[in-house]
Amino acid sequence: MIKILSRRGFLAQLLALCAWPFAAARGADADSVEVMVFRVTGGATVQPGRVKLDLPVLADNGNSVSLKVSVDSPMSAASYVKSIHIYAARNPRPNVANFYLGPRAGRAQVSTRVRLGGSQRVLAVAALSDGSFWSATADVVVTLSACYDAT
Amino acid sequence: MTARVQVPKQAKRGEVIEIRIAIQHPMETGFRLDDGGRAITKNVVNKFTCRYNGIEIFRAEMGSGIAANPLLDFFTVADVSGELVFDWIDDEGQTGSERVALTVTG
Amino acid sequence: MTAGLLRHGALALLFALTGASHAQRAAVQPQPLKSGLEFTGAEVRELQHDDFANPGMLWAARGETLWQEAAGREAKSCASCHGDAKTSMQGVATRYPRIDAGSARLINLEGRIRQCRELRQQAELFKYESAELLGLTAYVAQQSRGMPMKTVIDWQNRHNFEAGRAMYYRRMGQMNLSCAQCHQENWGKKLGPETISQGHSVAYPIYRLEWQAMGSLHRRFRSCQSGVRAELLPQGSPEFLDLELYLAWRAGNLPIETPGVRR
Repeated sequence: MIKILSRRGFLAQLLALCAWPFAAARGADADSVEVMVFRVTGGATVQPGRVKLDLPVLADNGNSVSLKVSVDSPMSAASYVKSIHIYAARNPRPNVANFYLGPRAGRAQVSTRVRLGGSQRVLAVAALSDGSFWSATADVVVTLSACYDAT
Repeated sequence: MTARVQVPKQAKRGEVIEIRIAIQHPMETGFRLDDGGRAITKNVVNKFTCRYNGIEIFRAEMGSGIAANPLLDFFTVADVSGELVFDWIDDEGQTGSERVALTVTG
Repeated sequence: MTAGLLRHGALALLFALTGASHAQRAAVQPQPLKSGLEFTGAEVRELQHDDFANPGMLWAARGETLWQEAAGREAKSCASCHGDAKTSMQGVATRYPRIDAGSARLINLEGRIRQCRELRQQAELFKYESAELLGLTAYVAQQSRGMPMKTVIDWQNRHNFEAGRAMYYRRMGQMNLSCAQCHQENWGKKLGPETISQGHSVAYPIYRLEWQAMGSLHRRFRSCQSGVRAELLPQGSPEFLDLELYLAWRAGNLPIETPGVRR
């Protein structure tokens, strides 16, 4: 039986696919972001939305870039965020971090500082207690230091 | 490992509180080369947990994509008075730990 | 009346002459004076202003611990002589580098801490750029945070000041560039993606994102030397101390920001 996607559904799927950056060539981690996300979702649809990913538009230095990720969720025993996964496809190891929350978190929000190996689109995927997956992306331009530092 | 923790001294029962921790660690990526051109061995804090009165309320798996001297900022619901215990471990097996008392009123 | 006018004229001429030669001799501060924070992105500024998130505070915290730690033959800590750093060290960093009375040589904060450690505590010396020395230097300088620099150039340190200024204006390295060419003549302009700062020293030791660690002013000098492909001088070298004095003067009354954060 052919499942006919509504135009809205199709566009959502297309947007979800477009949200994932091309996997950069790198030796350190052979798996692509798509494969990594698949292992989290088991192939379930990842919908853009409910997740907010805050990164500066322009990073002073790729060594330390502030990142804040939050998910719109009541964080109650009935409905909460199980985990949030951060990916930077241009990094040699794209899976930057995984955060595991739960109903006791109160608020689905985590802040940290990440390393970005170049200008890229960062992806956050959230797994909710109802089995759904949501995502957000943020584009960051990373500039390199002007002067060589051999100290 | 030097670490600094910021937790409110006290909170009301049911209040969502912010927890911040800064750990002094180079988060060595394994991609840097020493003066002899050899790669410096990777060593990052790979796992971090926070337990509130023994129950895990937050866990982080981290890699070389987390900046040096990692900062983690997360939340929990103030339940009953007790202790927040932070534990972490790096690739070399070095562990770090901090404990902070939390007073919950009401 | 004529005599008065003549004398007035002579005095005016004398004043003008000395004024002119003073201007030639006088070193120049950038106008208006601006902290390095004004040339960084918002992210770096936020990091420095957040006392918890500022990674340099990890080193300062270590310094605070070391301040209380007994060491050496007499098992004395810094606190044994200096008491509470929050009071005893207030304003100290605004007056460094200074001439050390004992040796009649210029000494900076790092040098003073090393000297205390070696001579008074009779304990193992802290190496330059070690976590211990950076921590203690940051902790001590932090006690002057917000206070304006109070560098005084007098007969004792004038020759150090002149040597520092000469070095500041001297071209060096394969690229044949001087400190002044970037930080005096072209501050505010772009070098690659970065905006050139005035190159002040008031935030040191700093947490530099590029180093992903805390580092001293002398390490930053070495970075610049590396940048222009000049030979790197070691931390604590007399040339760097002279340059540090010049920079301390050049910062005018800019307030101490330690522990600073820079890219």
